[in-house]
Amino acid sequence: MPHTLAEKVWADHVVRSAEGEPDLLYIDLHLLHEVTSPQAFDGLRAAGRQVRRPELTIATEDHNTPTLDIDKPIADPVSRLQIETLRKNCADFGVRIHPLGDAEQGIVHVVGPQLGLTQPGMTVVCGDSHTSTHGAFGALAFGIGTSEVEHVLATQTLPLKPFKTMAVTVTGELAEGVTAKDVVLAVIARIGTGGGQGYVLEYRGPAIEKLSMEGRMTVCNMSIEAGARAGMIAPDETTFAYLKGRAHAPSGADWDAAVAYWKTLRTDEGAVFDAEVVIDGDALTPYVTWGTNPGQGLPLSASVPDPETDFEAEVDKTAARKALEYMGLEAGTPLRDIKVDTVFLGSCTNGRLEDLRAAAAVIKGHKVADGVRMLVVPGSARVRLEAEAEGLHEVFQAAGAEWRFAGCSMCLGMNPDQLAPGERSASTSNRNFEGRQGKGGRTHLVSPLVAAATAIRGTLSSPSDLAA
Amino acid sequence: MEKFTTHTGRALPLRRSNVDTDQIIPAVYLKRITRTGFEDGLFAAWRADPEFILNQEQYQGVSILVAGPDFGTGSSREHAVWALKDYGFKVVLSARFADIFRGNSAKDGLLTAVLKQDDIELLWKLLENNPEAEVTVDLEAREVRVEGHVFTFEVDDYTRWRLLEGLDDISLTLRHGEAIDEFEAERPGYKPKTLPAAA
Repeated sequence: MPHTLAEKVWADHVVRSAEGEPDLLYIDLHLLHEVTSPQAFDGLRAAGRQVRRPELTIATEDHNTPTLDIDKPIADPVSRLQIETLRKNCADFGVRIHPLGDAEQGIVHVVGPQLGLTQPGMTVVCGDSHTSTHGAFGALAFGIGTSEVEHVLATQTLPLKPFKTMAVTVTGELAEGVTAKDVVLAVIARIGTGGGQGYVLEYRGPAIEKLSMEGRMTVCNMSIEAGARAGMIAPDETTFAYLKGRAHAPSGADWDAAVAYWKTLRTDEGAVFDAEVVIDGDALTPYVTWGTNPGQGLPLSASVPDPETDFEAEVDKTAARKALEYMGLEAGTPLRDIKVDTVFLGSCTNGRLEDLRAAAAVIKGHKVADGVRMLVVPGSARVRLEAEAEGLHEVFQAAGAEWRFAGCSMCLGMNPDQLAPGERSASTSNRNFEGRQGKGGRTHLVSPLVAAATAIRGTLSSPSDLAA
Repeated sequence: MEKFTTHTGRALPLRRSNVDTDQIIPAVYLKRITRTGFEDGLFAAWRADPEFILNQEQYQGVSILVAGPDFGTGSSREHAVWALKDYGFKVVLSARFADIFRGNSAKDGLLTAVLKQDDIELLWKLLENNPEAEVTVDLEAREVRVEGHVFTFEVDDYTRWRLLEGLDDISLTLRHGEAIDEFEAERPGYKPKTLPAAA
């Protein structure tokens, strides 16, 4: 019987299956960070349990960490305690950790792939919804809650009901200036924030196959914003080339055995998905969000929609009214006329070397507009080092942008990098929820190219606006 | 975990869709390392507005939340469930829940019951007209009963069984320790290990 990619990876990890019960699934890699793990370790202690497989577990610090003065103690005592708790838990239970200041510290979803720990056909979990990122390698990767973190620590397994599968096919070829971020924002605008609920999305088609690993990670990263638990892309030569030679990638005979297995990880001819969506890649243009959920997005060339006439369901009209009120926007305003105060380039969505390169290429020789601040935050300490080796930091600094240390930074209001109430940002992160980047902050989600062009012009813009 | 069979209490009509977990509890409240005391963070941004429905006199002491579709989207933070429970909520009713939120709720004994959106709309009207209405959520019968109306809800059989019995997942899984040992013995050698750290 033909199977989808997700079904194959699932089947290869079933420890136990029984009628009327969830499958018990083995977990190949468990990533930890400071926010969702302390209560899980406490649970282990209370029950007198150990971490079953420390060698399949790795921790880093990202959500709470400052991106300035990282050699000084963390100023916020509550954040500091949470970080110190992670360090103590890792020491007590024998888990490897990359703390702030370490060359491999960074956002957990940037660190795993760059170490070569994320590989095709694996099951990967983390107490963070953007774990879907790792699906770019053909892994089944999904976010879990703290109770599940404790469960994986104790048993290296999770009881789960099988997901449904959805094919998201992106046909054609992306035009110049259209990125992986625009693809996924268009997918979410199409299927909605609940459209992927209960599904694993498999992205396929020529436009997806042409994406780099970084681009694939951006697409899979935001699967959760469509409500999907995971996103996957079948591994191919691009995947293998990315992995080869990385610290934890197999070598020698192991490499050959692994690649032979990885090559079987494709959806079989004739396999049936529970749902299918087709996106015309040729027609895509840069996308930005106007509202307060990631499904409220439109092409940059559009105008702010009218809640009364552009929506049919009452629940959507209400949501749009509330969004415009929160965002301080008038229906009918061209999106290109929206002025921003802050531009944030970074996050697990768009904080990789390729993202920084793309933005630097746009910004080179320009200045950040008066009254706009731009934060450039590498996704990991390693990305920062690599970017500096290429001189990217000098490009950003010469333009007047701030070059920061690695972390989640302004993606979420948990560390010192936040928007002030009423402040508006163009952000390469993943969520435009109310208050996400700081209480009262207003977020427009954009690609790194749009972020760079917006920083220069001060209004939502794409690089093509700079030539004009 | 405490057993859940039926619950009767007053309910809050929250006319909002896409209530993401950043709204349920903003990130600044996630820095604690304990599992309790998150009630002050619940809907913190919205509660700053005195007009917000949860601040209104007639809805004090509610224990059932009736919300719009796509409740609990976004971040995986289980703190969202802890905040709802710490505040005193036992049940959330919605036409659609985000997967991770629903999974987290089941682990902590918060019942997430799926009703039709039409039924949710009717409940909103009933509760707005009579905030004192007593609502009964019966997990055994899969029913919500209020003022002579009966609405059926969906919850999967396994979650229902676990809630009715008050069972904890880790103990259930540890009963299958041998199956886990056998699976581990067969794992391919090329699968990566995090330890010892690569030089």
